[in-house]
This record gives sequence, C-alpha cells and structure tokens, in this order.
Amino acid sequence: MAIDKRVASAQAAMEGVRDGAVVFVSGFGGAGFANVLIRALRDHGAKELTLVVNSATHRLSLTHELIANGQVRKVIASAGRGREPGLSVFEQLLKDGKIEFECVPQGTFAERIRAGGAGIPAFYTPVAYGTDLAKGKETRTINGRDCVLEHAISGDLALLRADIADRFGNLVFRHAQVNFGPAMATAARLAVAEVRATQDEPIAPERVQLSGVFIDRVVAVGA
Amino acid sequence: MPGLNRNEMAWRAAQDIADGTVVNLGIGIPVLASDHLPAGRDVFFQSENGVIGVGPAAALDEADSDLVDAGSRTVTLRSGATIVDSTASFAMIRGGHIDVTVLGAFEVASNGDFANWDSRIPDKGPLVGGAMDLAVGARAVWAIMEHNTRAGAPRLLERCALPLTAVRCVRRVFTDIAVVDITAAGFVVRELLADVSVDQLRARTGAPFSLAPDFKPLLVPPLPA
Repeated sequence: MAIDKRVASAQAAMEGVRDGAVVFVSGFGGAGFANVLIRALRDHGAKELTLVVNSATHRLSLTHELIANGQVRKVIASAGRGREPGLSVFEQLLKDGKIEFECVPQGTFAERIRAGGAGIPAFYTPVAYGTDLAKGKETRTINGRDCVLEHAISGDLALLRADIADRFGNLVFRHAQVNFGPAMATAARLAVAEVRATQDEPIAPERVQLSGVFIDRVVAVGA
Repeated sequence: MPGLNRNEMAWRAAQDIADGTVVNLGIGIPVLASDHLPAGRDVFFQSENGVIGVGPAAALDEADSDLVDAGSRTVTLRSGATIVDSTASFAMIRGGHIDVTVLGAFEVASNGDFANWDSRIPDKGPLVGGAMDLAVGARAVWAIMEHNTRAGAPRLLERCALPLTAVRCVRRVFTDIAVVDITAAGFVVRELLADVSVDQLRARTGAPFSLAPDFKPLLVPPLPA
C-alpha cells in the first residue's frame, strides 16, 4: 500500500495515546507551537502525562490548558515562570506540590532529547556543573573540565508544527518554527506534525528539513 | 548619584563588540546593545531559538509570529542570516562557536562565578533558559548589571550568594558606574564614571579590586532616547 501519513483530523492523530505518556511539545517564543494538536490532546483526555516542553507556560502556547485540565503529572522544561505578575496555573500547582517540575538548561534539554532520538543513553557536559541543577548528578573531570552526566529523554508522543508536509511525512518549516521539532520527532515513538498544508507530490529532497522517517502522522490545519 | 541608564550601559558594552564576531545578547539590557553597535562593524547576532543574524525588531505591519528571537520579540533578518533547529543552535553555543555572550546578571564574583538565573522570587517558577549553556559555552562572557541592588548592596562580590549560573566564566562586567575585568588577580577596574571617586567605588563594591594600568573615565555620549 502506498505510504500516506496524512490523517483526517487532529483528533484522529491522537489515537492510541495512553495515560502516563511522555509527551514532547515543540515551539519556542511564539513560533512552532502545535496548538491544534495540544487542544486535541486535551480533548482526548489522556492523564498522568509528562510534558517535555521548553517553557511550561508560554503565553502563546496552549500547554496551560493541559495543565489546567489536570492531565499533567510532571513538566520537564527550561522555563517554568509565567509572564503575568500573579501565579500561572502551573506555578500555583507547583507551589501546592501538585505537579512535578524538572528545570533543565535549554541546551542540555535539546541535547537530552537529541540523545534520546539518536540512541545515546547519556552524555557528559560542563553545563550546570557547580550549580543547583547538577545536584545529585554524577560528575567527572574530562580533559581537565568538570562535567555533569545527563541522561537522554525519549518518549511516547511528539507534537510539532511545520509549514508543509507531503504524504511521506517529509517536512518543511517556516522561519523559526523548526526549533525543537526535529529533535523531539526523533525521540518519540509517535511523532505528529500539524502543518499549514499537505501536498500529494513529494517535497524536493533538498528542501526537506525533517525526513518523514521520523514522522508518523501529519494533519493539515491551515495557517 | 545617577549612574548610566539601561541604554547607556548597553551602548558601553556594544563598543567592545569586535567586527566580524558572532554574539548572543541576553534578554533585558543586553539585547539593547544591538542598537548601539559602532558603524562599520559587521556582526551576527545569534538567538538561542536558532536564528543567526537577528536584525532590528520588526515593524508592526511586518511582524511575523514565526520569526521571533529567544525573547519572543518579532524580529527581522540581516543579509546572510540562517535559521537552524535547537540542537544546532546549542551546538553553536556549547561548542564554542559564539565569540561573545552579553548577559544580564544579579551577582558576579571576583573569581568569575556568575549568578543570573534564580533571584529567589517567592512563588514564581524557576526559569533558566539558555543562560547556563551560554555562560559555559561562549568564548567570552560579559555581564551587564547595576553596580548595587536597590537596597544598596554590592553585586560584585568575593563569592556569589545567589544560586550560580556557572562557575568562573565572566570576563568583563559593565555596570552603571564602571567597567570591570575579571582576571586571575580578581577585579580590575578599567573605567569609572568621572563623578564617582575610587573610594566611593570601594564602598559600593563587595570585593577588593585594582585599577587597570590604562584606567580611565567611563564616558558615554548623549544617546537618542
């Protein structure tokens, strides 16, 4: 049968997602948030999720809906602070001890995900050495540099946003949409992309930014 | 006594950015430095979200939510700009491909220890972003901060009191009254506002310092508002 990774709806793209899933959510600074898929995951209702997302509560992302809906057990992120003067939903839950948070330097965050998708179980980095974020972690001096052992993150579902997909799941991103998308897609068993548009004809090979090998489902959601 | 304002501090830092370099500017005061680069210096500003060659902020009618910097500002691109994914962006940062990063700071110690991420705001969630990666990976780390806290306490210290971003990494600090290098011998003051005496500086600084051989007044021209 001809490969075709396009699915009819964001809802259909969530089929098979289970409670307890580790969910990667791409997007940074307003670019590349898969908000249609995030809302579909909220409607799907899977609970006890671990969200792996750069910012727990970015104002332009809908991850707060998953958190407010009680679906999230833990967040792994480089930012857990809301912009508003008061407490975000996430910060309130954190304060009340009702949600777990793992704060990770952004480059270590990206690299742990990359490692998760590349078959690397752990790696050493000098980043965070001597700081609170390295507490309890193994350290080692390599070539005279003090380093911290960081473990890969792999998971069950990745939600990303791109511009165009062909039926093979090959993706082209617009501007800074790309951010964590490729790494997260490689690290998840089920990688779903929402795109502005899908096309029947293959994207020219040299234009593809993420191979469809890493993508399982695509949904056209418009601009 | 009034020290430099945010724009003036950013201007002073911008004067030290060399031609042909790749520079990452932190959010807050540092990002203002891109407006004050001396004419003729061809510099690439790198942003953690993978934009290399960030230009001026986008005009309202040109703003594109897919084209942002790490501070969520809608921006433009300079010629020769590229956009890469986060792993490549942080390979650039962590692999020593950024010549200089200029970061906001809470405290800097005379051994170069750096605290800029956790000011212990009660109840607010932690936010580290790319600060630790930049502080460890950039080839030079410069900090910009007020010389003292609002309560008057020094921010240049023998040891940081706040949680560290990275150990022994800061090379130069731009404050509202001085430019200070960090060397194996500790703080070396290179420039000081003319209306601040060395004794006053000593009273406002939490660690010993020496004066650079070419110690001179810190001068900033009038800047457009």
